[in-house]
Amino acid sequence: MINVKKGASYFYLGLVFLFLYAPILVLIVLSFNNSMSRTVWGGFTFKWYLNLTSNDDIMAALGTTIRITLSSSILATILGTSAAIGIHYMKKRHAAIMLGATNIPLLNADIVTGISLMLLFTRFTPLGEFSVVLAHIAFSVPYVIFNVLPRLQSLSEACYEAAMDLGATPTYAFAKVVWPEIFPGVLSGFLMALTMSLDDFTITYFTKGAGVNTLSTMLYTQLRKGIQPELYALSTILFLLAFVLLLVINFKGEGKKEVAK
Amino acid sequence: MNNRFKTSFLAAPYALWVLICTILPLLYILGYALTSSTGSFTLANLTAIADPVHLKSLWLSIKVAFLTTVICLVIAYPVALILHNLKITNKGFIVFMFILPMWMNFMLRILAWQIILSNNGILNSILSAVGLPTLHILYTKSAVTLGMVYDFLPYMILPIYNALSKINDQVIEAAADLGANWLTTFTKITIPLSKDGIISGIIMVFVPALSSFVVSNLLGGGKVLLIGNVIEQEFTLARNWNLGSGLSIILMIFVILSMSIMNKVDDSENGGMLV
Repeated sequence: MINVKKGASYFYLGLVFLFLYAPILVLIVLSFNNSMSRTVWGGFTFKWYLNLTSNDDIMAALGTTIRITLSSSILATILGTSAAIGIHYMKKRHAAIMLGATNIPLLNADIVTGISLMLLFTRFTPLGEFSVVLAHIAFSVPYVIFNVLPRLQSLSEACYEAAMDLGATPTYAFAKVVWPEIFPGVLSGFLMALTMSLDDFTITYFTKGAGVNTLSTMLYTQLRKGIQPELYALSTILFLLAFVLLLVINFKGEGKKEVAK
Repeated sequence: MNNRFKTSFLAAPYALWVLICTILPLLYILGYALTSSTGSFTLANLTAIADPVHLKSLWLSIKVAFLTTVICLVIAYPVALILHNLKITNKGFIVFMFILPMWMNFMLRILAWQIILSNNGILNSILSAVGLPTLHILYTKSAVTLGMVYDFLPYMILPIYNALSKINDQVIEAAADLGANWLTTFTKITIPLSKDGIISGIIMVFVPALSSFVVSNLLGGGKVLLIGNVIEQEFTLARNWNLGSGLSIILMIFVILSMSIMNKVDDSENGGMLV
């Protein structure tokens, strides 16, 4: 009976994972398809991978995407981490107001966030890469704050004070006591900001202006004319990179835990 | 105390940021919504929702978002429960498995569904190979709902999983010791204690589903017009920013409304539990 239940559980999990990963499998297969058509299998080829670097449009969009994603997630992490520390030490009432405002971009519909930022930006600056970076910071800062705050809340104040009593400067005490404790939160906040920025379409679409293209907006314009197969190849590479990277981070974390035990 | 006060100033740049990049844009959208193209005050952009075309797409959006949320909840709860019972020590790995698909471009993943669901697509090839009738759901409401369930499912699974992992296992054991069977334990202990996760899951799925326009564009083929599509077209094709802003405000009102309903459900039952 227990085995049947266990088998059914695994079967159900398998189905859900199949549902989540089936489209990804389709795209990986398409990246090796020697045919421009999406529905016809024309034999196995590496040519989309080999052509990739000579496709200027795609390389430009990749460059733009990387610049926007990295700069916005790094800036959001700095802004969000210092904000979380500040909010943690605020009076309760002020902290509540700040957290309420932090919730707005999370709860607002993407389309409304994108449009409202566009309406603001068009007044003061021409739309371009810079406005997209600002917009991406705007929607990713809350993820950083909400990842760092719980770490601060579980931090024992006594340790920090003990360090100070023992003669540490505030900076030194922060670096040695507070930072190691909140770092996992900072890292997961950064990774979430990175993921959200990379995967975003809607907000980029409204704030990018003419001539700027990230991979997402480029794909959107190509949907009608047909996707360049090199894009399947590029996405497969990015996906596998992320897979390896996250696996490494995960198992490194696991290893540390084992040592701690 | 003085030190705490000083440290709180670390949030000052963010406070400024919130004013400029969160509050100000909302005031702008409100400003556009309440003025006509000549700049005079009007409510016409808000009352435009009563136009049958807009009303129809709003109603369709609500139906699709509701259906998406229910399906996500039904699929996600058992997943979260099974994952919780697997007793995997490495929680990060679970989160990782559900976040990983996001690293394949969102637009491409939805496009892949187009390929899977099309009339001579992968799904129908499999169905006809095993002798089942084929499905013709691409460019219908069903395909749009499926796409949204696919896109938002992780947002339902993760909060429920987190809520379940906070439950003290001894409470469950105590219920069993006191003679509760599996079903009673589940309905009286597990579900109420994971309610916060369920509610944040519902909000995290319902809100984006209500306002999405890309999924309906790709899997609805222009035939499924959601309120998000109407707003997008006002900004890109019709270039009527005032009307687009007005409809955005209406959409926001619906989002706030649905969230306050959910929070009310949360509060009243929390209050009940305290008594």
